[in-house]
Amino acid sequence: MTHQSTRKPGNTVTPPAGRPGSGSVAAQRRRQRVAEVWREFRSSGTGMTGLVFLLAVITLAVLAPVLVPAETLDVTRIDTPQNQPPTLANPLGTDPAGRSILGMLLWGARISLLVGFAATIVSVVIGTVMGMAAGHFKGMTQGVLMRVIDFFLVVPSLVLAIVLSSVIGPGVATIIVAIGVTSWASTARLVRSQTLTVESRPYIERSWALGASDTHVITRHVLPAVMPLVMANTTLTVGSAIIAESTLAFLGLGDPSTISWGSMLKMAMDTGAATGGYWWYVLPPGIAIVVVVLAFTLVGRAFEAVINPTLRGR
Amino acid sequence: MSGVLSSEIEAVTDHDEPAKGMSWLRYAGRKAGGAGISLIMVVILGFFAFRILPGDPVRSMSDGRRVSAEQMEILRSQLGLDQPLLVQFWTYLTNLLTGDLGYSYTYNQPVVQLIGDRMGATLLLTGSAAVISVLLGLWLGQKAAWRRNSLFDKLQTGLALVFWSVPTFWLGLLLLLLFGGTLRWFPTGGMVTAGSSLTGPAYIWDVAMHMVLPVLTMVAVVYAQYLLVMRASLLEEMTSDYLTTARAKGLKEDLVRRRHAVPNALLPTVTLIFLTLGGLVGGAVTVETVFSWPGLGYLTFQALSAPDFPVLQGTFVVFSSIVILMNFLADLLYRVLDPRLRTS
Repeated sequence: MTHQSTRKPGNTVTPPAGRPGSGSVAAQRRRQRVAEVWREFRSSGTGMTGLVFLLAVITLAVLAPVLVPAETLDVTRIDTPQNQPPTLANPLGTDPAGRSILGMLLWGARISLLVGFAATIVSVVIGTVMGMAAGHFKGMTQGVLMRVIDFFLVVPSLVLAIVLSSVIGPGVATIIVAIGVTSWASTARLVRSQTLTVESRPYIERSWALGASDTHVITRHVLPAVMPLVMANTTLTVGSAIIAESTLAFLGLGDPSTISWGSMLKMAMDTGAATGGYWWYVLPPGIAIVVVVLAFTLVGRAFEAVINPTLRGR
Repeated sequence: MSGVLSSEIEAVTDHDEPAKGMSWLRYAGRKAGGAGISLIMVVILGFFAFRILPGDPVRSMSDGRRVSAEQMEILRSQLGLDQPLLVQFWTYLTNLLTGDLGYSYTYNQPVVQLIGDRMGATLLLTGSAAVISVLLGLWLGQKAAWRRNSLFDKLQTGLALVFWSVPTFWLGLLLLLLFGGTLRWFPTGGMVTAGSSLTGPAYIWDVAMHMVLPVLTMVAVVYAQYLLVMRASLLEEMTSDYLTTARAKGLKEDLVRRRHAVPNALLPTVTLIFLTLGGLVGGAVTVETVFSWPGLGYLTFQALSAPDFPVLQGTFVVFSSIVILMNFLADLLYRVLDPRLRTS
């Protein structure tokens, strides 16, 4: 869980320093709510399975340089046979250059997860800002924002991502930008409809009556209220971003010198591994993607069920 | 791309405009206006993406090759890149209106002709896949919702979530590995057997055999989303009072589902199906690439590897326009399907 409050110092009555664990009433209530959500999330079997799995994968990805030193994947220094089926020394076999596929899988996790998280941050930030603005402002501004959102919702995102990355040139940063810029529209729609719901509540009217500014209403009331749903949505977006990364890398838009699950599959395709029957090169990267994306999806759905009680028992 | 959160489905399929009581003409006009603006945005983006973004088309085209400065100058003037941006934009617009999408320098053919030649193959592939996955997804989705928390429901939802997490191209590779490589049941690529001159039923059979694996790949990835949407929206309906009324009338459970619950649950689903058409196009690019299916998606991939920017720009404009037009049709269809919007 993250800290959802965006309080600015000086704007609230801050408690005297030195009293540990205390805060304003709102902050305290939010902390309480986070603990509650966590308690309920823990009781979801599928959600916890997903979470444990993700933590394991992230740990492996972080430890990759320790577990599989980079030299062992240097094509100029290895002497293992090429396209070797799984053996004890190389449990997942070797690729057409003789590299251990298990080792590449661990290194690939780093790029795939990095792109997944980074693209999600880009996407969620754009989506949240656009969504809140489209829900908060009225008239002309709203009309224009809605058209832009609907445009990005409808336009084929993969084709747009291909156009963007082909013009910017291949690379990891390109893929992050291309995914982020093309995938924020559904988040924006979600945030907008939440913003409309929140802003129709009486406490917002009270806030207006007390002379609150747009900034105050958006950052202090709307943002904390839409945050939980954005979090659930974010979890799913990471999953789709990982799929999108693999797709773009597969189409040749990634950096050819970095190993990601997508670039491994591209290499498998280019070297004819699928038609040649080298299943040990085709299966592992794909299974890794499916498992990680599924884990993100399960966590997101379980989290949504916790914060949206009307979905219970479904 | 995403769309397996119930709240997300609600937000996206939300028709919150004051469409109620609006006359048919005004409604259609309004939606046409929206689609028109989107089309204009596609046209503008299609132009400026290739000119304003960092990166020089001429440099990318000659990437890795030794090209003299004069040669690059000649290429620039051939592509009209030495003209002021607004002049280029005007040429692009007037050409577009006369159906000229530029000239491909890798194929030495007008882009329009290239796209026209490949349109049929893509429509055949995505059309078949769309129809099959909509029928399959809706049918399984309503069954799963009606018997929620049963073994059938858990199995179907679980399977759908797994398929939703699978990268389309990888599933294609797997099928290629299994049925094309190892078992040799189906051809591994193309639309017809190379070098054959089949006609009549033999030709149709040949194409059908080539279609099996690509269609299967697309259906597997796409149907899952329809299943989840249908399930979620039917569950939403199942708490409604009118179902109790229907049961109180003595209707059989089966009729309550088919006549009362399902038609209402279909409404948000229709919107979402059309909204996911963009995803279907994305699927076409990867599936056609894996199976070398001679359609627009494969053309996009080849243009990308060249790189051939006029072709890429053309496929972007055409793909996006198709999806926008389909969404406009969906909006009109929605009005026909939802009687609440018709009453004035």
